[in-house]
Amino acid sequence: MTTAVATAPSLGRRLSNGLYRRPTLLLLLLLAPPLMWLGIVYLGSLFALLAQSFFSIDEFTGLVRREFTLSTYAQLFSPANVDIVLRTALMAAAVTVAAACMGFPIAYYMARCTGPRMKAVFYLAVMLPLWSSYLVRVYAWKLILAKEGILGWFFAQLHLTWLLDAVLALPVIGGASLSVSYIGMFLVFLYIWLPFMILPIQAALERVPPSYLDASSDLGAHPGQTLRHVILPLAFPGIVAGSIFTFSLTLGDYIIPGIVGSSRLFIGQAVFVHQGTAGNIPLAAAFSVVPIVIMAIYLTWAKRLGAFDAL
Amino acid sequence: MTTPAVEFNGVGRHFGSVRAVDDVSFAVATGEFFSMLGPSGSGKTTCLRIIAGFEQPDTGDIRVGGRDMKGVPPYERDVNTVFQDYALFPHMSVADNVAYGLMVTGVDKAKRRERAFEALSMVKLEGLENRRPAQLSGGQRQRVALARALVKKPRVLLLDEPLGALDLKLREQMQVELKALQRQLGITFVYVTHDQAEALSMSDRLAVFNNGRVEQIGTPEAVYENPETAFVAGFVGVSNIVDGAHASRFIDGAHAIAIRPEKMLVLARDDEVPIDGYRAANGTVTDIQYHGSSTRYQVTLDDDVALHVTVPNRDLSGRLKVRQAVQVRWRVEDVHRLRNGSS
Amino acid sequence: MRYKASLGLKVAAFGGLAFLHVPLGLIFLYAFTTEDKSYQFPPPGLTTRWFEVAWNRQDIWDALTLSVQVAAVSTVIALVLGTLAAAAVFRSRFFGREAVSLFIILPIALPGIITGISLRSAFNLADIPFSFWTIVLGHATFCVVVVYNNVVARFRRTSASLVEASMDLGADGFQTFRYVVLPNIATALLAGGMLAFALSFDEVIVTTFTAGQQSTLPIWMLTELVRPRQRPVTNVVAVFVIAVTFVPILVAYFLTRDTEHVAGAGK
Repeated sequence: MTTAVATAPSLGRRLSNGLYRRPTLLLLLLLAPPLMWLGIVYLGSLFALLAQSFFSIDEFTGLVRREFTLSTYAQLFSPANVDIVLRTALMAAAVTVAAACMGFPIAYYMARCTGPRMKAVFYLAVMLPLWSSYLVRVYAWKLILAKEGILGWFFAQLHLTWLLDAVLALPVIGGASLSVSYIGMFLVFLYIWLPFMILPIQAALERVPPSYLDASSDLGAHPGQTLRHVILPLAFPGIVAGSIFTFSLTLGDYIIPGIVGSSRLFIGQAVFVHQGTAGNIPLAAAFSVVPIVIMAIYLTWAKRLGAFDAL
Repeated sequence: MTTPAVEFNGVGRHFGSVRAVDDVSFAVATGEFFSMLGPSGSGKTTCLRIIAGFEQPDTGDIRVGGRDMKGVPPYERDVNTVFQDYALFPHMSVADNVAYGLMVTGVDKAKRRERAFEALSMVKLEGLENRRPAQLSGGQRQRVALARALVKKPRVLLLDEPLGALDLKLREQMQVELKALQRQLGITFVYVTHDQAEALSMSDRLAVFNNGRVEQIGTPEAVYENPETAFVAGFVGVSNIVDGAHASRFIDGAHAIAIRPEKMLVLARDDEVPIDGYRAANGTVTDIQYHGSSTRYQVTLDDDVALHVTVPNRDLSGRLKVRQAVQVRWRVEDVHRLRNGSS
Repeated sequence: MRYKASLGLKVAAFGGLAFLHVPLGLIFLYAFTTEDKSYQFPPPGLTTRWFEVAWNRQDIWDALTLSVQVAAVSTVIALVLGTLAAAAVFRSRFFGREAVSLFIILPIALPGIITGISLRSAFNLADIPFSFWTIVLGHATFCVVVVYNNVVARFRRTSASLVEASMDLGADGFQTFRYVVLPNIATALLAGGMLAFALSFDEVIVTTFTAGQQSTLPIWMLTELVRPRQRPVTNVVAVFVIAVTFVPILVAYFLTRDTEHVAGAGK
């Protein structure tokens, strides 16, 4: 403008002009701080850790020997460790399937059967647990699952203690009480990660135009057929997106198996134990590669199904 | 001759391998209402953004008021823009929106309030100063955007499809008002539109864009009456375009030609009377569309060339029927020889 | 469009909600129980004395102070970095734009234990002693994404031509930021900051690896869970933590509810 040209431009104006002429410089200035932070603090540490998985521990001194070896990976594939990986992956898969089955009706109800006010209530009711304290919510289940806790009391009131005992007597999934069994652990995982499944499914369902459902029933499909042939395929990317969270989060958790569960380790606990008390950083590093690899495969598959559009 | 308000000299702009603007040159005279007309993706909006300074040309240069705009940021250019989506600041009142351009250039509060009210009364929006943009109708928002762009009395006002979101009645009313406002203020308007009727009715001159190039520049009459390329003939109004292989009855040599449907006559074969200066060809009516004020006949000539002929509905007595044998007539001077455009 | 739900669907939906919320109610109940050795149900008696006990416990106050400080500093860092990244990704389509988004999401996409152990081993390698700042370093890293998501969502909703309109009317880059960009993203920043605070305030997995001897409130709770002393006191703290995290989440929700859903991308 004429007024701006007449007076000597201020420093801010000169800087602004310079950045207008060099948009790339502006972009670099914007990107540098976050990328430097994440690049150095996060990626730097991550790669340092992964690099250590190629080192090994000296059996006599207990110190890390810093030369390239695959012996730590050989150790990772020992039967005991493979058991840990399989156990964790199975638990993650079971939790994911259960969360999808339980989350879908809630998401469907939210997306299709509520008015704006009720939808907001539902949305908050799902989001509050998602954001509220993870530890507090785990703790709540310790209260519920304890031998003298509410579930035991509930079964006793119904004179069904024999049923609970029968379930706990089952091999593998049972245990001395719910709070030290896989059933208990499964319930806690399901409870903690369920909101992560509901929200993406709800988002995917919201995007299905109601006219599709009308069209389906107009063409003679009864509600079950509409659900199977129209709604489910369109909601599937949302389910996959939700499963990324439930699966990944279960895979890496070490606190829930520590508080609710038996002495048999999960991947997260193995990492924790090896880096902590055992001081075997290379093996801990190799163990943390496992969820990364599993998630990389999972994400590639999910991307092909279009799950990222539903996030 | 005075300095043009805007000059383009061989301007090019590409995004990746796409040539959005390709070697465009033109000049807009001071005080002119200049339209850039073309389909979406033809480069007209990119040209507007180059004038505003949101895009930099990759080749060529542009001048505003004779001054080279290379490296001059938008906020130091004496041009203002009315955006297609109006781009009103949602967090400011109408008055603050209009006064914004004055506020950031340091005009004092009393003065900018006065000028904002002035601009608002110019677009007939008195009394809405304290509303938020979200509380206005589409037409009112359009007027606020206009007032905001005019409050600084720029050398050139850029309008990017400003009436596109309005319904037909309101659009026609705004066309009249915009034109009157431009005449009253004497500001140069550069107006982007894809609506050929709008461009024809409002502009002093217009440039027809296609594929990043200017196909033709001229007054509305010149462009309509004398389309130079098949694209212009088809995009501005309706034309019969006949390719070189079938044009021999219209013109000497194998050149593509265009002729407007309303410039032709169609008569039943049995009442042929020769008329001076007209040529004729025989054919059959293959389709009839009744348009209220006129009727459009599709006539297929003996060599399978199909022509449209529009006949005003003065009375309905002489109406033809489908499959009726007819004769089409036209004047030689209404046949336009086309050069190759960029399409 | 609203459809009528069948009875089965209603039961499944409301049953699911109950499943999500009843356990939180139990925490509240157990904060008043007179039984402090076990989780006996129903509680043999009710008392408010645990609130007084908790109030007088210095270790809880220390943990709370540390948590608040860490969350505040991490939130500020995340606000700056997240906004810069969002602005960069929004304003231009540069090469590697997708990679930047992925990069920012990575710290929450990978299990927290990996972030934690990476940082811990990096601190060991670089001989950095554990301190307040090592905790902040970890927390800020995963809080960036929360701010980033909120601000990017707001940018996406804000018309790009607003910035152009401002420049067109004579405002330079700084004026445009101050008068147009900042007012438009202010509520998104506030919401993102609140969520980042909530996230940092109850983070436990990464913190166990970066905290050394210090205890944040979640670390304190974790110790109590593994080796309980006065169980109802833990419940009192849990009730407090629920209250402290619910408020920012509710505020963030109401600040951004007209835009896109915020929390979809998770922790």
